[in-house]
Amino acid sequence: MVLVLQLALAVVLLTAWQFLSPALDMVFFISTPQAIAESFIGLARSGSLLFHAGITTLEAGLGFLLGGGAGMFAGVLLGRNKLLSDVLQPFLTAFYSLPKAALGPLFILWFGIGLNMKILLAATIVFFIVFLNTFRGVREVSPEQIAILRLMNAKERHLLTKVILPSAIVWVFAGLRLSVPYALIGAIVGEIIASNRGLGYLLSYSASRFDTAGTFAALGAIVILALILNKILDISERRLMPWRVSDAGREIVV
Amino acid sequence: MSAIIVFQDVGKAFANGVQAVSGINLAVEEGDFITVVGPSGCGKSTILNMTAGLFQPSAGQVLYRGQPVTGINSRTGYMTQVDHLLPWRTVAGNIAVPLEIAGRGKKEIAGEVERLLALVGLVGFGASYPTQLSGGMRKRAALARLLAYDPETLLMDEPFGALDAQMRLTLQIQLKKLCRSLGKTVFFVTHDIDEAVALGDKCVVFTSRPGTIQQVITSSLPSERDLMTLRFNPAYAEECAQLWRILAPALEAQNSPQEA
Repeated sequence: MVLVLQLALAVVLLTAWQFLSPALDMVFFISTPQAIAESFIGLARSGSLLFHAGITTLEAGLGFLLGGGAGMFAGVLLGRNKLLSDVLQPFLTAFYSLPKAALGPLFILWFGIGLNMKILLAATIVFFIVFLNTFRGVREVSPEQIAILRLMNAKERHLLTKVILPSAIVWVFAGLRLSVPYALIGAIVGEIIASNRGLGYLLSYSASRFDTAGTFAALGAIVILALILNKILDISERRLMPWRVSDAGREIVV
Repeated sequence: MSAIIVFQDVGKAFANGVQAVSGINLAVEEGDFITVVGPSGCGKSTILNMTAGLFQPSAGQVLYRGQPVTGINSRTGYMTQVDHLLPWRTVAGNIAVPLEIAGRGKKEIAGEVERLLALVGLVGFGASYPTQLSGGMRKRAALARLLAYDPETLLMDEPFGALDAQMRLTLQIQLKKLCRSLGKTVFFVTHDIDEAVALGDKCVVFTSRPGTIQQVITSSLPSERDLMTLRFNPAYAEECAQLWRILAPALEAQNSPQEA
């Protein structure tokens, strides 16, 4: 039922777009769904869509892994070490409040205009989101839980693998989920600033030629890419947290 | 019989200035089932925490087998009102935690877990997640985990507090039987006077905060007792009444409005 309504809504919106755009003389600004689809198919046929999407996926993906990995590591380390986190806290806050996209020009100076710069820009953005979530997750572990394991003679290694990491993983995934669009932001902003490939490049190139349909086609490709990345995360989340599924199926008692 | 836990003039004041307990002198014999009752907030849990070494007394000392408790005392095991099972592990996985920490082999762990599941009456539930179990079954799982690492002293802080009356009775019977057969020393905190009398060989009565020991009552009931028929036993009724009389003034004081 919901699906039918959703499809109906999509059809209504696309039809309105298709007919109102020429009627209101707006084709130059918003194009039409048909022209966008044609442009999209044309890009896909020529293979350039796949090429550009591949570049962006690579940048966002590597940035995501790098930033996510570093964020988790730092989150666990600082989460378990109160002195270290107290000392670093003001520095991290200062750095966190900086809009990371503003680092783009600096990263070009440091790393050139190649793939590295986009990967690192994406990684920097992802790092903070994942770090903060992991940190929070590690800090939220119940002290009673830890005390009970300590009474079982648990060492820090046991605490980490048996309690802290599994209980923080819910938070880590919340962070990773939030990070997907931001990894794309990092990669695409990097491409828009300086590049000759990637979906961000395709976007700014089409726009600079006043090719509205091509611009929308590039945006559509970015949306599809984000959806695919989210789906991958969904699947791995379900794999890693089977107890959450059983939780969802249980009888609730209010 | 020798004293396994000795409190020597123990006091505990927290950093925020709250004096939880003071002047505690108590000797717990090996194999004793000691129940602790008192008004809420009287520091009953504090003495368990100090026995486990989760924190240090601010006055006096707690001796465990003659040695002062200075850090985590892993010869004790804890069970509280909240079962603290790991939600991401199955029941079998939870029971296996202490065995994994002890570095036992996979096969040995599997066998041991089966034995413990049978011991607490959870056969067939090893593959369930804690959220799929009832409160009583979760307690059994927590008890099995506690027995898995086989501490000689069990510290229990209102472990059956949230259960319905029948489930509580079943678990009390099971606990009492297990502890007798395994020769465990038990330190059992409760707010339930009937439970304290039913289970304890000795019952320690606390005053309200700062908590100190008002009286230690040695049970006249035999340590081998039938909990099922206990409520028809006049000696049991008399002991409950006696405990009520001791605690009533403190409870009344708690209920009357606080003076400025």
